[in-house]
Amino acid sequence: MLRCKEATHLLSEGQDRKLGAGEQLQLRLHLAMCSGCRNFRAQMDFLRAACRGFPGRGEADKERGAK
Amino acid sequence: MSEASVIDDEFVAAIRRDMLKFAQLQLRDAALAEDAVQEALTAALCGARQFAGRAALKTWVFSILRHKIVDLIRQQCRTTNISALGDDEAGLDEAFDTLFKQNAHWRPEARPGDWGNPEEALRESRFWDVFEICLNHLPENTARVFMMREFLEFDTAEVCSELAISVSNCNVILYRARNGLRRCLETSWFAPGEKPC
Repeated sequence: MLRCKEATHLLSEGQDRKLGAGEQLQLRLHLAMCSGCRNFRAQMDFLRAACRGFPGRGEADKERGAK
Repeated sequence: MSEASVIDDEFVAAIRRDMLKFAQLQLRDAALAEDAVQEALTAALCGARQFAGRAALKTWVFSILRHKIVDLIRQQCRTTNISALGDDEAGLDEAFDTLFKQNAHWRPEARPGDWGNPEEALRESRFWDVFEICLNHLPENTARVFMMREFLEFDTAEVCSELAISVSNCNVILYRARNGLRRCLETSWFAPGEKPC
């Protein structure tokens, strides 16, 4: 069973690489029961959106999808 | 105004401001940022290239600026050890550790909060001021790795090879940066009931 600390590491890494099937499963089970980590995940997504939306960045950025 | 293809002084001044902010956040050196922006602007405006409007010009200068920033970061990391753990970094890591109980689950009072519809904040200019302050508040090397990943949009493998750090180190640094930013925003912007003024 994943602990919150491990879950947050995986959630951060999930922003950078595709998590393995085992990691995804563990994470999903954990998130189903943990509101703190669900909020953490939403916050990670928001950080990405904020960086992409930073005012003044070249227009092209907005069309470029997330990697 | 018709098709916004007028490249006037005012437009250049506005682009310049945006570019400076973008460069300064990443380089953390006003003079270096100023030079990079100047060079990028000169290169773009003196080139023989024709622009179909302002958006195209902006995209073009920013792509030149990106390259300049990457070059400067490469030079900087020849003289600094990105993966060295400074006091700032160690302090942040310790602070995160205190968010968890002994069993590595959240302390109830430290559990990440529900930010509601945070996207609404992206439309508020005051939010961007806070976001910038939080970015600037990250330790320098931590911020550099994060900005390369999120602002210059390198993938992690590229960041690692550019900065000569291991993947696991990169992951640790990005985790630190994201946690630092998230906590900064949580206390400075998303804290419930603290936005009356």
